[in-house]
Amino acid sequence: MATQQTQLLARTLLTPAVALLFIWMIVPLALTVYFSTLHYNLLDPGSEQFVGLENFRYFLTDPAFLASLQNTLVLVGSVLAITIVVGVPLALLLDQQVVGLSIVRLMVIAPFFVMPTVSALVWKNLLMHPVSGLFAWLAKLLGLTPIDWFNDVPLLSVILIIAWQWLPFATLILLTALQSLDEEQKEAAEMDGASAISTFIYITLPHLARPITVVILIETIFLLTVFAEIFVTTGGGPGLQTTNIAFLIYSQALIQYDVGSASAGGLVAVVIANIVAFFLVRIVGRNLEA
Amino acid sequence: MARMVTTQRKVISTVAAWLAGFLIFFPILWMVLASFKTELEAFAIPPSFLFFHWTLENYITVQERSDYVHHAVNSIIIAGGSTLIAMLIAIPAAWSMAFSPTRRTKDTLLWMLSTKMMPPVGVLVPIYLIYRNFGLLDTRAGLIFILCLGNLPIVIWMLFTYFKEIPKDILEAARMDGATIGRELVYVLTPMAVPGLASTLLLNLILAWNEAFWTLNLSTLEAAPLTVFIASYSSPEGLFWAKLSAASTLAIAPILVLGWFSQRQLVRGLTFGAVK
Repeated sequence: MATQQTQLLARTLLTPAVALLFIWMIVPLALTVYFSTLHYNLLDPGSEQFVGLENFRYFLTDPAFLASLQNTLVLVGSVLAITIVVGVPLALLLDQQVVGLSIVRLMVIAPFFVMPTVSALVWKNLLMHPVSGLFAWLAKLLGLTPIDWFNDVPLLSVILIIAWQWLPFATLILLTALQSLDEEQKEAAEMDGASAISTFIYITLPHLARPITVVILIETIFLLTVFAEIFVTTGGGPGLQTTNIAFLIYSQALIQYDVGSASAGGLVAVVIANIVAFFLVRIVGRNLEA
Repeated sequence: MARMVTTQRKVISTVAAWLAGFLIFFPILWMVLASFKTELEAFAIPPSFLFFHWTLENYITVQERSDYVHHAVNSIIIAGGSTLIAMLIAIPAAWSMAFSPTRRTKDTLLWMLSTKMMPPVGVLVPIYLIYRNFGLLDTRAGLIFILCLGNLPIVIWMLFTYFKEIPKDILEAARMDGATIGRELVYVLTPMAVPGLASTLLLNLILAWNEAFWTLNLSTLEAAPLTVFIASYSSPEGLFWAKLSAASTLAIAPILVLGWFSQRQLVRGLTFGAVK
């Protein structure tokens, strides 16, 4: 039985964390809301004035916004598709009896621990360089014309790098889920003469539905704000071809010093992220009951 | 009864798995190899895979020319500091929610989780301005503070799920024996919680070490950790591949080792207990 004293103590112990997170969430967000209603440019100090929703109108009708929204969606969608489509078979493979599995698993998971700036630069230079990159050499070896990755297909290049970073995450989660799948259920299916394919479709895949949902939601939250990979490889270019929402807001804030417009953009990003977060929190919350 | 696995099938899956693992790991391997080449060999065509002149020159130059150690120390202080402070705030909070849950505990937990969903770019402007006004730009303290807050929800969540698994009977037994809450915390709970504490510490160290949004935006030189230092190689394109590789290898090696140890906890920590 919890006494009153225990309850008081429990509350006291919880307070610092709650207070800090509350301040962390409310203060910057309130300031973002406030700035978003101002004409406020750091290069033009003293000119701050209330402009209502003007920044939102400017941000949302800026062609750069539509372009970057599209890039964001393409980037998130492609990385999700690649990590799941490659991740499911990879997890199934690692769930088989494999000699030296622990070493294979270490190799598969390694990219996730590489800091984003390193993976981006290693891919850009050592692998994707149009003349001296390994891919260019391989292409020539096969008699193909090397691709000038960051000039011809800049967004695809960024997508490949990010998919490489997130593939281990998806694979690891799917593998963990597979390992909790009841072995007897699969055996029973096999005994009943189910083919490997129908076992996969009717037993394995439904079992993976939940972890796949979790992968999609968590990856989406991180992928919506991809920044470092773009920052060190393309700087959002050529043109706006690799500018996503996060990078657009960054460039308005810290390159053009347009505080008002960047704040309006920031709020747009918060709204987009919250739509995803809503679903994730519901799934996690359901799990708390169990 | 275990499923019968034919030798043939085992050979095929072994070969396929090793091939897949090798392909995924290859960019890292290629980088490590390049770090031991001379600059000329690093972008020679055709590339040399193993039979080149192995040299440690790059590792020495990276330190001499750009003071690698300075940035490594920054990384250690920032990642370590933010993780430790987050743990100090999170342990009491998670303990409280796991052992004295109230009607609002679930909502509190979900609310904490939702703060992690806020895209950092949404608060970039105010944080940048606050930091500028308080002289926190390019300071270790500033980065420690922001990374600590950013990871706090994950730390609390992980600890909560671990604490939840500690049987409550043990606490009651201790209480019967007249242990105070303080003693209960120190002598009963802490030893049982050590594995959970260790993996939480490890995972958050990794996340903080690799964090590259706030570090890139809020630090330039003095407080710049390795993420920012490596980013500085992006400007002189194609000139220093071997040195970039050496610096990168040094930057990821410690975390790769830690990461391999914590791979099981990774799933739990990053899915907030939704997949175990």
